[in-house]
Amino acid sequence: MSDLESREQRLVPEIPYREMEQSGEISHIPNPESEELLTINFGPHHPATHGVLRLITTLEAEIVRDTKPIIGYVHTGIEKTAEDKAYWKAIPVVERMDYLAYYFNAMAFVGAVETILDLEVPPRAQYLRVIHMELNRIMSHLVWLGTTALDLGAISMFWYCFRDREQILDLFEMSSGQRMHTRYFQVGGVFEDIPVGWEQKARTFTKIMPERVDQFLAVLMKNEIVLQRLRGVAPLDEETLLAHGVTGPLLRAAGNPWDLRKAAPYSSYEHFEFKIPVGTVGDNWDRMIVRILEIKECCRIIDQALDGLPEGPYITPDRKYALPPRHELATSMEALIHHFKLVTEGFRVPPGEIYYPIESPRGEMGMFLRSDGSSKPARVHMRDPSFVNLQAFRPMVKDLYIADFIATLGMLDPVLGGIDR
Amino acid sequence: MPDATGLELIAQELRDSVAEAVLDTVFFREQAALVVVPGAVPATLAHLRDKGYAFLASVHGVDYFPVEPRFGVHYELLDMHEVDRISVRTRVPLAHPHVPSVTSDWPTADHQEREVYDMFGVIFDGHHDLRRILMPEDYEGFPQRRDFPLGGEPVLFTHNEAKTPGWWK
Repeated sequence: MSDLESREQRLVPEIPYREMEQSGEISHIPNPESEELLTINFGPHHPATHGVLRLITTLEAEIVRDTKPIIGYVHTGIEKTAEDKAYWKAIPVVERMDYLAYYFNAMAFVGAVETILDLEVPPRAQYLRVIHMELNRIMSHLVWLGTTALDLGAISMFWYCFRDREQILDLFEMSSGQRMHTRYFQVGGVFEDIPVGWEQKARTFTKIMPERVDQFLAVLMKNEIVLQRLRGVAPLDEETLLAHGVTGPLLRAAGNPWDLRKAAPYSSYEHFEFKIPVGTVGDNWDRMIVRILEIKECCRIIDQALDGLPEGPYITPDRKYALPPRHELATSMEALIHHFKLVTEGFRVPPGEIYYPIESPRGEMGMFLRSDGSSKPARVHMRDPSFVNLQAFRPMVKDLYIADFIATLGMLDPVLGGIDR
Repeated sequence: MPDATGLELIAQELRDSVAEAVLDTVFFREQAALVVVPGAVPATLAHLRDKGYAFLASVHGVDYFPVEPRFGVHYELLDMHEVDRISVRTRVPLAHPHVPSVTSDWPTADHQEREVYDMFGVIFDGHHDLRRILMPEDYEGFPQRRDFPLGGEPVLFTHNEAKTPGWWK
């Protein structure tokens, strides 16, 4: 009997797996090993791969028997480039790794540098970082939801999500001047304080976003097509996920509430009250709902951070690491010298090696940083969650129909900029 | 994190179970690291897994050029119940860059070991599919090595390459 049936037993009870397709001949092939297999090349230029991911896929008629990811098509050597830049000049390069989570890339990097420097970040800067990271998390989930719904054939979700994403990008533009790759986080704090009116605009957004989430859920939860395509499809148990190093919403969908924001708080996350949505069986439906509900929790964190935003400096007053304010340059010789030293050479970092993990929208994003005492990092390595999570794709989609293969790839939420770096 | 004392206790346990495995312990900025000989990496990881460090978060490659042994491979372990991290490090020389693979026990190391091989040329013995992962298959050299120059990369697929070979130099 084919593997399809053995798979069925692992599925959620009471949800028959794609009854209609089972009426076809294919699930009753007596001996799958002896049947004719077809190897197709899926991607790299295929809109459903969410980037330039190439999957060598072995099919038996419509059923995926094996798949092997080939990556590296957008490898740009960011880690190598960062080794040639002073620490603060490496931030914009590092930000471009996972292009939907630029605040997280920057946070992992500056957090690692600050840990080696043993540099204290002012509370206001920590709160501003939290606000921007959570906005970024919502933005990343919205892009994921829109494009994944597109894979399922629903174009309206795409427009709804990108409409709301636009508001977040406007907020980023207002606080830092850029919509993407903002270079807002600096070693020791953030680049600038938020401008007048930003808070109001952010509050308008956090007020409207939970309502939008309810609308999304209303569109998706009772949609027969979405339910049939996602419920009980491609479940993977917690042990397999952990063995493959999977973290983030994929792991939480399987019922493990691992979230670094709760488990090992950084940047004042321990000050905020929020819940971690977890799934039960870890199928595609759980993966979707966990992410959508996370958006609501992000809004709660942003609200609390705006309520409790401490007064004070937004970047460390230590002139050895942070640029002096512009107006001081005309009056203070020391400020001018510090400015000159920082812009030309940068600051030196004591020798050491550090691994600094944070919770990105896709899981544990860890920056490994080695300093040799000079003003340039000796090794920059990002443990990118997409890169590691991709390994769990094969066990997820084995013995599934090719249509579910596409949906599962969407639910995996890989960002190829992060995978290839 | 195990504190400095806890780290020494773990190191002593390892010395007792695997003779001459632990070369050094590093405690830097509240992060604990064990430096072990390359051959003892699987045994060390297995020992730490029994102590609760059951999640292999990451594998990093490092080049300590010009110091020999030159290449470092770091394994970041995580204990999800105690919320505890420990790093296992090993060093291999340029002349013999071989580390035993841990993919049989930790499937997550598959891509990451391939990345270290791709970028540094460290060979993981026993890896079932040790190929380049990010660079093209026919690429020569290991780009993350410290003595690999930045820039000067020949561009593939140039239409005028036949007429002006080496135009990028």
